[in-house]
Amino acid sequence: MSTSFPVTGPRPAPALRALLGRLARRTPRAAAPAATSRSAALQAFLHNTAAVGAVLLLLLVLAMALLAPWLFPGDPLDMVATPLLWPGQDPAFPLGSDSMGRNVLAGIAHGARMSLSVGVVAAVLSLLIGIVVGATAGYFGGLVDDVLVRITELFQTMPSFLFVIVVVAIGQPSMAVIVLAIGLASWPVIARLVRAEFRTLREMEFVLAARSQGLSHLRIMLQEMLPNALPPVIVTTSVLVASAILIESALSFLGMGDPNTVSWGSMIGEGRELLRTSWYLCALPGAAIVLTVLALNLVGEGLNDALNPRLRNR
Amino acid sequence: MNLLKAGRVLRRTLWQAVPTVIGVVILNFCLLQLVPGDAADVIAAESGSATAESMAQLRSHFGLDLPVLEQLGAYLNNLAHFSLGTSPRYNLPVTELIGSRLPNTLLLMLAALGTALAVGVLLGSIMASRVGRWSDRLLSVLALLLYSTPSFWLGLMAVVLFSVHLGWLPTGGSASIGADLAGWDSVVDRLRHLVLPALAMSGFYIAIFARLTRASMLEVSRQDFVRTAQAKGLHPLRVTFGHVLRNALIPVTTVAGMHFGTLLGGAVVVETVFSWPGLGRLAFESVMARDYTVLLGILLLSSLLVILANMLVDLLQAWLDPRIQLR
Repeated sequence: MSTSFPVTGPRPAPALRALLGRLARRTPRAAAPAATSRSAALQAFLHNTAAVGAVLLLLLVLAMALLAPWLFPGDPLDMVATPLLWPGQDPAFPLGSDSMGRNVLAGIAHGARMSLSVGVVAAVLSLLIGIVVGATAGYFGGLVDDVLVRITELFQTMPSFLFVIVVVAIGQPSMAVIVLAIGLASWPVIARLVRAEFRTLREMEFVLAARSQGLSHLRIMLQEMLPNALPPVIVTTSVLVASAILIESALSFLGMGDPNTVSWGSMIGEGRELLRTSWYLCALPGAAIVLTVLALNLVGEGLNDALNPRLRNR
Repeated sequence: MNLLKAGRVLRRTLWQAVPTVIGVVILNFCLLQLVPGDAADVIAAESGSATAESMAQLRSHFGLDLPVLEQLGAYLNNLAHFSLGTSPRYNLPVTELIGSRLPNTLLLMLAALGTALAVGVLLGSIMASRVGRWSDRLLSVLALLLYSTPSFWLGLMAVVLFSVHLGWLPTGGSASIGADLAGWDSVVDRLRHLVLPALAMSGFYIAIFARLTRASMLEVSRQDFVRTAQAKGLHPLRVTFGHVLRNALIPVTTVAGMHFGTLLGGAVVVETVFSWPGLGRLAFESVMARDYTVLLGILLLSSLLVILANMLVDLLQAWLDPRIQLR
């Protein structure tokens, strides 16, 4: 098992940098795709039973999210049952009903759509912003690097959750705004990671060779350097999706989610008032969140072990 | 490393922090101007109704109808005189408002961080000492589960177990209201109220510190000086705690300092679950109430806290590892 979360921060101390350097000493592959190394990584991933199990669990959640409109037709926020049925009390509602008689299982299935889509799109947005900022800062260095690092530090000094709340308060609490807010709050991590990678790669010979061939900066960054910088970014992506799902559930719990859709966080928020008697209303959606995020973290670890064999700690 | 050097580091950090802090203030000020509605709207809404004249009067009283740049200039001017302005909603100086809530939040954050460090480092050491065995795998799964649990859900489930079913601990608040306790009873009462919120907040960080300590200790224990210590015949516990752990704690302290900022954000949700009278809830309420002066004050304070925490971590690392030179 290894540290699959990005251990970078505002000012990594010299000792931490030395530790990371010892842990991460690896030679980059050439930009030309080596089929053997990719299939070796795939083999390593498939041998990790936990990671494979996690991928299956994620596929199950994805299937539930995609099939929700057919399995549970109609609006999940419709009142269809006697209120406050316990799970198993009525076979038609296997996970019970909430205070307004809404089907909990339908809510969880439809909530999966919201959580997964917000998680993935927000992660993609942070990736885009972070890669652009980090690559530019790492490649050009000098004044551009200084300015971009200052901006990144600025965003990292603010508590990210408060920032997300402020951005959601600026626009209507709809899915697009939530995705934008989470994306804007999570990009500094990716930016620092990509910047560190590009700063290392900038000194490598193949970049010098590309520059001497007269290739443009953009071409060098995209075609030569980015494929080599991607492995830690890929590992961080699954953690990014997981944290985006957690932030979205916290937002919906506080009541700042999209009021027209059901989300796991909003189910927990509404079930909070009945915690004493009907605690399954909070437990079940929360268990769904835990399982999904756990699966994403396991996939991230599996990717880390497969793509960075030298970072593995036994 | 002596006090003189520490003082120099403190002075330099504060000096370098000024542009960052001003940047944070300007960024948040511009961001908050984009939010629809202002405090006068919320006050009018909460009092049921208001005439256009009274709303205009409210706005002019609090300077909300001035142009944006003038408001920003006035705020920065206030800041230069070490004043954070007045809250239109509570009609109190913001420093007083924040000052009444800051101790509660600091108490919660430090308790959570302390618990997470203690339990996390302990778990990580156990995992590192039994690497590869089933106890290591079990603890790793537990750590991963804690890492994946939202803090508010962990808090709610802890309330169900410890307050509802077992009745050991209170469900919320920071102290028993109206109980009029004094001295030791009051301390015990506050501690009882602190247990569940601190537990809820620390779950995520326990997992982070446990995994980081494990990885770091495994890395350090492969080094030559550990082999020397073992060859010298030192007791294994002495080797583990005196030599391995002391070096393994350096990345742990860095990450602890890094996460100090996210602690404040996580405090918003935990304080809401447990009705804890802290800054997180104040920040959330001021966003809802469009009380920008309070929100700017809180964001400013949290940025300062993060910068301070980073500086303390640097000092701590220099003390832990004499090879690290303080710049």
